Amino acid sequence: MKYGYYPGCSMEKNARSYHDSTMAIAKSLGIEFVEVEDWNCCGATEYIAIEKIPAYALITRNLALAAEQNGSTNLVAPCSACYLNLKKADHYLTDDPKLKKKVDTALDAGGLNYQPGSVNVQHLLETIAIDIGYQAVEDQVKRPLYNLRVAPYYGCLVPRPAAMEQFDDPEHPVTMDKILKSLGATVIDYPLKAQCCGGHMTQISEDTALEMLRRLLKNAADYDADMIATLCPMCQLNLDAYQDAVNARFGTDYKIPVVYFTQLMGLAFGFPASELGFGKEIVSPSPALEKITVDPPKTPRARRRGKKSGLPTPTITEEG
Amino acid sequence: MDHSPRAIFAMLDAGMEDQVLASNTPWYCVSCYYCMVRCPQDIPITDIMYTLKRMAIDAGHYQKDKAPEFSQTFIDFVESNGRSFELGLAMRYHLRYHPVGAMKMATGMGLKMFTRGRMELTPTKIKNLPQLKSILKKAKELGGTA
Repeated sequence: MKYGYYPGCSMEKNARSYHDSTMAIAKSLGIEFVEVEDWNCCGATEYIAIEKIPAYALITRNLALAAEQNGSTNLVAPCSACYLNLKKADHYLTDDPKLKKKVDTALDAGGLNYQPGSVNVQHLLETIAIDIGYQAVEDQVKRPLYNLRVAPYYGCLVPRPAAMEQFDDPEHPVTMDKILKSLGATVIDYPLKAQCCGGHMTQISEDTALEMLRRLLKNAADYDADMIATLCPMCQLNLDAYQDAVNARFGTDYKIPVVYFTQLMGLAFGFPASELGFGKEIVSPSPALEKITVDPPKTPRARRRGKKSGLPTPTITEEG
Repeated sequence: MDHSPRAIFAMLDAGMEDQVLASNTPWYCVSCYYCMVRCPQDIPITDIMYTLKRMAIDAGHYQKDKAPEFSQTFIDFVESNGRSFELGLAMRYHLRYHPVGAMKMATGMGLKMFTRGRMELTPTKIKNLPQLKSILKKAKELGGTA
């Protein structure tokens, strides 16, 4: 199946492992990604804070290029901020004729035009979970990730905002959980899975940012996660590169690797770790990956009960 | 944070525009859209925070905070290259605001990122930069912050 592909600036270098692992698994899943030629930055969360019309014009140039090059198509963005910006621009241009008129005029100055709705913006998670499906993912698994305890971390911009049509629950998303489960991994309960990593807050108020990161790391540690799986370059950077700073600030000793869900998919599909960008992390995932076993985890034994005496109590069989 | 988001909305209701625009609250918004999911009145709170940021800049109320400078530095690179440039952003912004921190970052995390091949040393430019520049120039003429 053919999809337009908008990598976004982070994928070029900082999150190269996300890009490489995405390309690797795409082959196995029968996805053909066609990169939008000469795409530009989406403006992240910054452009819109300074100027409105230029921010929308900047984003919409990408939609116009995607439509021009590939016609009406699905456009896949693996980065959360890129995904949100592209989808939001398309949505607001549909809803707000005044905004559309201004953006049209701006695009026209560059010889472009864009009809809202002609490109269907998807996050990569949506493409894999909804379009491809969990069974197709499971069918590709050659080396299951048995006994690897993974915290599924979605962050904020993929599940939200709810004003637009979403493919997963805005507060309790489950699509990545299901993908990781089909890889054989043990997906842990991760109550903070859809909380924000702070984004650019590390640059604005380090106190605020480190506290947000500490909570996410603590929550993963509390549930004995071997690693955190993410779907966003910003989340990966913050949790991985600032983990030392969190430890220094709070006297903690977290060593939780943070990898892209596509890297774990690639590993389970049998690709060598080197082709999936492993080794670029600040916190090494090697000790966690060594925990993967050939045999599936044993079903936990039913809790031993005391002698049957006293009041009759209902018995509950524990599920594996 | 000077005022909680609830206080900001109450202050807007009470017509305290100057105090709202002078407050650092909108600049502490991480843009996670949680409030928009939770709001029973469907108020686009995140979008309003962005609007307040733009209005604060227009009103010249932002000098006391470095957050707008971060945004501005970020978009300067985007406007001149069509792409963001992490190293340039970190250097220019940090050298201006906390040179000691900049040195620490360059030798600590920056170095780690660099040795793992995760940092570009020169900015990438898009091919049709003149097209993007004409689009942005026209967009700026059409302006309007709110």
